[in-house]
Amino acid sequence: MVKLRIDGIDIEALEGMAILEAARLKGIDIPALCYHPKLSPYGGCRLCIVEIKGMPRPVTACTTTVSEGMEVRTTSPYIERLRKTNLDLLLSDHPYDCMVCQKAGECDLQDLAYQYGIREPRFKGERRIYTKRDGNPFIERDMEKCILCGKCVRICDEVQGVSAIDFAYRGLKTKVCPPFERDLDCEFCGQCVMVCPTGSLVGKNWIGKGRARNVGEVNTTCPYCGVGCSLTLHIKDNKIIRVSSKEDSVVNEGMLCAKGRFGYDFVASPDRLKTPLIKRNGRFEPVSWDEALDYISKRLKEIKEKYGPDAIGGLSSARCTNEENYLFQKFMRAAVGTNNIDHCARH
Amino acid sequence: MEKILLRNIENPRSADIKEYIKNGGYKDLLLALKMQPGEIIEEVKRSGLRGRGGSGFPTGLKWEVALRDPKSPKYLICNADEGEPGTFKDRLIMEKNPHLLIEGMIIAGYAIKAEYGYIYLRGEYPYVKKILSRTIKEAYDKGYLGEDIMGRGVKFHIKLYQGAGAYICGEETALIESIEGKRGQPRIKPPFPASTGVWGMPSVVNNVETLSNIPYIIEIGATAYLKIGTPECPGPKLYCVSGHVKRPGVYELPMGTTLREIIYTHAGGVRDGKRLKAVIPGGISTPILPPQNIDCTMDFVNMPRYGSALGSGAIIVMDETVCLLKVCERALRFFAHESCGKCTPCRIGTKRMLETIQRILRGAERDEDIESLLELGSVMDAASFCPLGQTAPNLVISTINHFREEFESHIKEGRCPS
Ligand SMILES: Cc1cc2nc3c(=O)[nH]c(=O)nc-3n(C[C@H](O)[C@H](O)[C@H](O)COP(=O)(O)O)c2cc1C
Repeated sequence: MVKLRIDGIDIEALEGMAILEAARLKGIDIPALCYHPKLSPYGGCRLCIVEIKGMPRPVTACTTTVSEGMEVRTTSPYIERLRKTNLDLLLSDHPYDCMVCQKAGECDLQDLAYQYGIREPRFKGERRIYTKRDGNPFIERDMEKCILCGKCVRICDEVQGVSAIDFAYRGLKTKVCPPFERDLDCEFCGQCVMVCPTGSLVGKNWIGKGRARNVGEVNTTCPYCGVGCSLTLHIKDNKIIRVSSKEDSVVNEGMLCAKGRFGYDFVASPDRLKTPLIKRNGRFEPVSWDEALDYISKRLKEIKEKYGPDAIGGLSSARCTNEENYLFQKFMRAAVGTNNIDHCARH
Repeated sequence: MEKILLRNIENPRSADIKEYIKNGGYKDLLLALKMQPGEIIEEVKRSGLRGRGGSGFPTGLKWEVALRDPKSPKYLICNADEGEPGTFKDRLIMEKNPHLLIEGMIIAGYAIKAEYGYIYLRGEYPYVKKILSRTIKEAYDKGYLGEDIMGRGVKFHIKLYQGAGAYICGEETALIESIEGKRGQPRIKPPFPASTGVWGMPSVVNNVETLSNIPYIIEIGATAYLKIGTPECPGPKLYCVSGHVKRPGVYELPMGTTLREIIYTHAGGVRDGKRLKAVIPGGISTPILPPQNIDCTMDFVNMPRYGSALGSGAIIVMDETVCLLKVCERALRFFAHESCGKCTPCRIGTKRMLETIQRILRGAERDEDIESLLELGSVMDAASFCPLGQTAPNLVISTINHFREEFESHIKEGRCPS
């Protein structure tokens, strides 16, 4: 353990911990746009600069590790001036269209502009103008809103292991893009969307469906597979307008796959089966679960009596939990009496 | 002063290995191979040699860190990116005296127990690449490079790696990223390259001129070497003089020669009978000096006392006809173009600073423009990730400090006084 002092508060932190992390442990908030606890430190946004006693120039709290006896000041008129000008620079190259931005109300950049009272940037000049043309089905990429924090690049590389995007060009023209600026063609896990601090990356099917207001949240478990990721459904007028996952969720820590994150339109699909169906006279008819189960057990018994248990086979699904799959094979083996059991995910 | 780095370069075949050996070349390598690595480092430390790449870091100290690090393999990297505008000294060594560099590299490699060396060559030097490729081949053919150098049981290989034309790749950690095949962006320091460099291994990054000093230090010994230059910054220095002087070029002089002597005695003074207006002493990332400051001694220790820095020793001389706002504009265009884009103050700050100066030059009045420049400068200096952004405002801020009237007359009267 290392003892240090941040803003006059004595803190014990683990060796190797960044100042930013040690400060947050004690509830001291340092503004930061490129920091993420799961990702390697980057030091790009430069908002988390702090002063350390005995050091000639400010350092970034996300890249500087704690050391014994260190005295840190996270705020002072000087530091706040640097932060504000730095933030001003970011905003001077930003579209300023919060009124139509999907991210308004939950945008880190907007929050900081609010906190620092920047209505209009002091330093005006050229802004990046890009035509949006990414034809991928899931992720809206508006690179004019990108502040180059690099979190999307790092989460794709370091956590998802895909490396679908990286920086290209340099200077003001620096841009995050897939190789050769082709359309994004990846797993579409959307981890990049999750960590984006601005409206640069949002779900295509979120757009125009509603923002923070009048939107309820329902926490649930993803029905797609046995991993059982935690989902948060964003509900407006009883419709799901977005799916996310909380970063403190136990199973998946906010990570999802393409299906969990973007594949929710089946919920409200008119084609969706809501009751069991029994085919009578060549046509499927909706029936109750009781009726369906009675029918199944009657038919299984008849078949087993007439042709033996091996005339019956069971196919299970990756969309069931392990427990359900276990029970199903148990049922096939012990109740039906056959080993004819298989699973869609077995190769 | 006897020429050390530029020895024999008037000879049109000076780059040839036969010519080099005839003039005593590679003898110092053989001497060095008789010493222990630790002894060589001790000698380099005692010589007081400081890195010529711009920061003036003591070379022996850097080597020692790498040698003592338990990780291996270790690497030696020669920084031949020579990107600082106004600098053209490494090129001269590589063009005319390339074996001196190779000899210095082999000795350095032996001293830090590196078996592999890289030369990271500036992208815009394709003809130097041809020369160096031949030089390396010659050295292999004669047995100075390879698995068993001159039968002494020492191994050293050199790989030539050419950059793709980015100034930032001269910064040592961005250079290392580039060698690793990644985008040229600086890394977080610490860890420093000497402990965690290329491929995560201890790596010494040294400038071409730094490494070219090594054979001579071995030849004459630290005590004799210390007699050249100043006690704090010993050795010879290559000064690149360009701009409005009668004889622009590279001058090899003792470290600590005054700027006045370099400009007036060696480079022949300001040409066409014009008056001296200002000098950029160490490349465009160093602060500008007015004529009253040119008695400064050009070394790493004294230049800061005069409000500037030695940098790469690239002296740009400007006469009275020069509009300093145009100079600032040109320099900022360079920095805005070369910013790697990683951090906010440099990526956007260089651009906004450039635009502000362009507005002033266009005569679009804005009283607060000078204040804006100062504010941008202070944020870039204090908060940028690496020295590119930290030093990019130097020229503008120092020009405002020394030549404020010129800015004001541009802003208030829309014209240049010069
Ligand atoms: C933006 C930037 C560009 C640089 N370009 C060069 C260069 O072209 N050549 C060089 O030798 N050092 C350059 N440096 C300095 C290197 O980072 C490093 O300090 C140097 O290569 C160390 O060698 P030395 O100890 O022999 O001076 C640059 C530094 C920065 C920040």
